[in-house]
Amino acid sequence: MRDTTAPPPLVRVRGLKIHFPIYTGLFRRHTGDVRAVDDVSFDIWPGETLGLVGESGCGKSTCGRALLRLYEPTAGSVQIAGTDIATLDAGALRRARPMMQMVFQDPQASLNPRMTLADIIGEPLSEHTTLTQDERLARIYELMDQVGLNRRFANRYPHEFSGGQRQRIGIARALALNPKFVVCDEPIAALDVSIQAQVVNLLEDLQDRLGLTYLFISHDLSMVRHIADRVAVMYLGRIAELSPRDALYERPLHPYAQALLSAVPEPDPARESSRRRIILKGDVPSPARPPRGCRFCTRCPQVMPVCREVQPELAEVEPGRLVACHLYTATTQTAGPTGGTEATEHVQQGETP
Amino acid sequence: MRLSPLNARRWRNFKANRRAWWSLWIFALLFGLSLFAEVLANDRPLLVRHKGDFYTPFLQFYPETAFGGDFQTEAVYRDVEVQCLIVAAGEQACWDDPEGILAEARETGTVLGQPVQAGWILWPPIPYSYSTVNDIGGPAPSAPDARHWLGTDDTARDVLARVIYGFRLSVAFALIVTLLTSVIGIAAGAVQGYFGGLTDLIFQRLIELWGSTPSLYIIIIVAAILPMNFWLLVGLSTLFGWTALVGVVRAEFLRARNFEYVRAARALGVSDRVIMFRHVLPNAAVATVTLLPFIVTGTIGSLAALDFLGFGLPSSAPSLGELTLQAKQNLQAPWLGFTAFFTFAIMLSLLVFIFEGVRDAFDPRKTFR
Repeated sequence: MRDTTAPPPLVRVRGLKIHFPIYTGLFRRHTGDVRAVDDVSFDIWPGETLGLVGESGCGKSTCGRALLRLYEPTAGSVQIAGTDIATLDAGALRRARPMMQMVFQDPQASLNPRMTLADIIGEPLSEHTTLTQDERLARIYELMDQVGLNRRFANRYPHEFSGGQRQRIGIARALALNPKFVVCDEPIAALDVSIQAQVVNLLEDLQDRLGLTYLFISHDLSMVRHIADRVAVMYLGRIAELSPRDALYERPLHPYAQALLSAVPEPDPARESSRRRIILKGDVPSPARPPRGCRFCTRCPQVMPVCREVQPELAEVEPGRLVACHLYTATTQTAGPTGGTEATEHVQQGETP
Repeated sequence: MRLSPLNARRWRNFKANRRAWWSLWIFALLFGLSLFAEVLANDRPLLVRHKGDFYTPFLQFYPETAFGGDFQTEAVYRDVEVQCLIVAAGEQACWDDPEGILAEARETGTVLGQPVQAGWILWPPIPYSYSTVNDIGGPAPSAPDARHWLGTDDTARDVLARVIYGFRLSVAFALIVTLLTSVIGIAAGAVQGYFGGLTDLIFQRLIELWGSTPSLYIIIIVAAILPMNFWLLVGLSTLFGWTALVGVVRAEFLRARNFEYVRAARALGVSDRVIMFRHVLPNAAVATVTLLPFIVTGTIGSLAALDFLGFGLPSSAPSLGELTLQAKQNLQAPWLGFTAFFTFAIMLSLLVFIFEGVRDAFDPRKTFR
């Protein structure tokens, strides 16, 4: 898919695991883990938008936060621009913060209600730069212009703004330090539909102008289709499929991706009536006790005996398309290695817990 | 200084609560007056005119020789001889007939017929200090009369003077101890709540151990080793009082550390200290303010209790607790009991009313106008 002269990935995640321990009983013994993210690996190339989709509780937000080390990873490495974020000490991590930023889901909750807009946007500047008061204000105004906020609003408080404006404040704050990589953690989930498009267009516009790289976490499949270049589908802490956007939406390979995408309504009434929805049975198993074998085996319409025994690894089954499913590993084995370095790497790293 | 809209609203809300507003004024007036207790009640004159010069005995030391007396020690202004020396310009006849010469000098400006530069003495409204032992010419405690408006206690000291000084001492003690315990308690609670985990666990256990120390015994033991004074008592009270706020502040920090904007600040690389003070502490303010009145009134009560038991300040100190003890021992002198009761009742009620208003003003769900 990508030629060898392409630049190295900006973000390189390998075997990322985030387990939240469970303590029970009188002595608070460690009796298990919630495996929120379990052995996830992917790359994000500079200037690209990787969409991360999945249903609630599948670990996509946890994964995004762990990339910025808002959670301590249990295992694995996260390299951003060559620096392994997962192992930095506190001081180095703080110095590395400017290159990676985050736009939060709830613009209401992610802005301190006691600070003015200028204070909020200026906070990263005063923490990481040595700008004078005037330079700082100039930069704040510049950022407000970039995200389309009127300069007159600088001394207002978050509660005086609408949801869309608040999210613009959140974006301006994330951009204050000229980051390379921005994690957008469901940035549009809390907004009205009419405002969602504005914010997404703003994000795309900023990406073009500033050369940003996004990890766009969302459960809104249509919005991801609009903004993402490649899409990763997560299920129960693992990536089920990672494919280029068009290929995925055209012809999803993993049964879970198929089911998920079949839920997207079609704008065309004729096609909508013929749309075949795959209704999954049962509930998502608890991430504290994931099923043996494939995570999806309890609900998969095409489940095979092997799925209940062996955990499928994420492997390249078609050029640029990575799928973790036994339906396809059989073909890859017979067809020989299809050449993806990704695939071999994953097999090497594969460890079944 | 401009108030933020939130604080402006709180201030409006506080003012709308008339009881709290008036209590604040009355308390501020009383405490403000008591801060000038030396001017109100003192056994040294405020101003003395002697041989054309001015003296300010309540501020400065003057030996008796300065007024023509014999001793190098401080002039005892309450002695009629000394008063005579001052007014009659150091006339030696004062040793023989001070009253007569004093009256003559005041009325005619002459001494034994000779014109002199007559001086005068300006006394405070209450010419007794809290430790002045008065010559009441009868058994102590004496009942209220024109000279001693609230009577005297069992060592013939003026009760009103002691109440004025005692009020200042109690309130100052409570405010200082509250300030110190809040600062330490908030800092400790903040660290525990914000970092959580093992830090929290270990800290909590240490606080439980510390809180179970019988502080009264420690104070008694320390009082046996060191002479008790105001600052030592402040130190001891702070040492055992700072745990009061830890729980609340810790809980608020535990709650607030997972707020989205705190997480956002962490993602921005803001240092922990700044996050704690800028983003989390304001959330803990309301809970802290709610608890403060209990700490203030509790501290006043505990100082009084220690004094009542005799383990507090030395008995010469103007202590309301000691007054209460005297009242108990001298039931035949009800003015002691009534004074102690009303002083405590008024002081604590005013404080409770004020803090009730502050707490309501901080309550975001309460609407006034």
